[in-house]
Amino acid sequence: MVITIENLTYTYGVGTPFEKVAVDNVSLTIGSGEMVGVIGHTGSGKSTLIQHLNGLLRPTAGRVLLDGEDIWADKGKLRQLRFNVGLVFQYPEYQLFEETVYKDIAFGPTNMGLGKEEIDRRVHEAAEFAGLRPELLEKSPFELSGGQKRRAAIAGVIAMEPKVLILDEPAAGLDPKGRAKILDQIEAYHIQTGNTVLLVSHSMEDVANYADKVLVMNNAKVFAYDTVEQVFARSDELKAIRLAVPQVTNVFHRLRDAGLDVPENVYTVGYAKRKLLGILAEKGVLRHD
Amino acid sequence: MIKDITLGQYFPGRSALHRMDPRMKLLLTIGYIVMLFLVRNPAGFALCAVFLAAAYLVARIPMKMIAKSIRPILPIILFTGLLNLFFIEGDPIFSWWIFKLTKQGIYTSVTMAVRIVLLIAGSSLLTYTTSPIALTDAIERLLSPLRAVHFPAHELAMMMSIALRFIPTLIEETDKIMSAQKARGADLESGSLLQRAKALIPIMIPLFISAFRRAEELALAMECRCYHGGEGRTRMKQLQFSAVDFWAAGATALAIAGIILLNQFLGQPF
Repeated sequence: MVITIENLTYTYGVGTPFEKVAVDNVSLTIGSGEMVGVIGHTGSGKSTLIQHLNGLLRPTAGRVLLDGEDIWADKGKLRQLRFNVGLVFQYPEYQLFEETVYKDIAFGPTNMGLGKEEIDRRVHEAAEFAGLRPELLEKSPFELSGGQKRRAAIAGVIAMEPKVLILDEPAAGLDPKGRAKILDQIEAYHIQTGNTVLLVSHSMEDVANYADKVLVMNNAKVFAYDTVEQVFARSDELKAIRLAVPQVTNVFHRLRDAGLDVPENVYTVGYAKRKLLGILAEKGVLRHD
Repeated sequence: MIKDITLGQYFPGRSALHRMDPRMKLLLTIGYIVMLFLVRNPAGFALCAVFLAAAYLVARIPMKMIAKSIRPILPIILFTGLLNLFFIEGDPIFSWWIFKLTKQGIYTSVTMAVRIVLLIAGSSLLTYTTSPIALTDAIERLLSPLRAVHFPAHELAMMMSIALRFIPTLIEETDKIMSAQKARGADLESGSLLQRAKALIPIMIPLFISAFRRAEELALAMECRCYHGGEGRTRMKQLQFSAVDFWAAGATALAIAGIILLNQFLGQPF
């Protein structure tokens, strides 16, 4: 499913003293099956932007097209659209409400009007994607731990089997282990289903690790939208808008400044480790194993 | 949808009305309401409307905000209007079955509607120009003489300010939960009354849970900062009457005097 955004502008509180342009004339295209990281400061408009993609917000100006079709052309189709573009909000665990985790995950599929067996299959599959053990399904969502609640809420959206999955800071407020686990599961979901995934994050490391492309929002506008390499190559500009590049990239830049012959385009710790070990082996400091 | 509720929304500004002592604003609003109920003839209503319009102008609040604050209570205005229209005894113009359209009925229903509109518009002006914190501060000060009879003025004001403080938070929370459930295909806008009531469950439950969680957190935070009620508390900002307050009080007194004079000389039309 191809998402096209054309000159999208959104203004909050039109006609009040609190009027604020949250998204300013944004145009971009997200191809089918891409994993896009969205970064930007708080208030840069990223959350507002993603709420347009499933029709929760109506653009003040401009259009959002899904496979070439304006999503606001037929209001009756909006609900259908929301099943195709799944949106996981920030802190989604606060939306859990059912008696059991199973019923909560089934909320979306039930709204789609699916049959019992299909719902059952989807709930179990979604729970597996989200890394929830099957015995948790019969528990009350309020008995779960924070991380488990988060996973249950994400499963609730995955269960609708959306063609596009958008996650707003899915790892916010979790410990490093929980972060890695949730993000790994999202990556696995992306690889297994081949669906488009948008990952909103504050963390450059997460975006570098998991995304193919990066959308950088700054002051309601698109600052950059390109592959991870291309965007992080502009590290000076990113620093100028107070968005840092990943820490490991900084380390490598400093090593270069110190006169060492190391590559510039290092964005993930895994890649850095391989590179460094390679260089050390070349110099005969470490043996190749 | 929910964000359209403007009753009690503060509009920051620096006008004379914004700078007034909240105690005086509160007292004058009460004075204005009394004035509305003293009025006995159309000229009096005109005077009230002019007084209110002048106040809105001074406060630099756009007049269209009046329409916004009236909208939620429009059904009440229509309902009382219709009741008065058909069930007031008097000289009939037209009658059918148990309905009688009388001159007195028309007059009462129109004046009642005008009165309610002026009432809401006037009290909205108070909340437009006064921050909720200043307002509760004023209430606490005005009620503090009652402490002599063990009236919990401080506790009441604290409860009010906490409640007011959490209205926007809860509205925001409701908005978020509604969006999240809509994203999962919840249908809030169509269906029968029963279906719609049922559709509220996925919103109300998370909302209540979050409200309780916030209340617990707040209580804990207050205890951590050794909150123990109003005893011995001092304030950083002391309330003080200034020239503006006396001018405003004078203007309101004049308007009330005008109403009384109009009542004396013009009397009641019916």
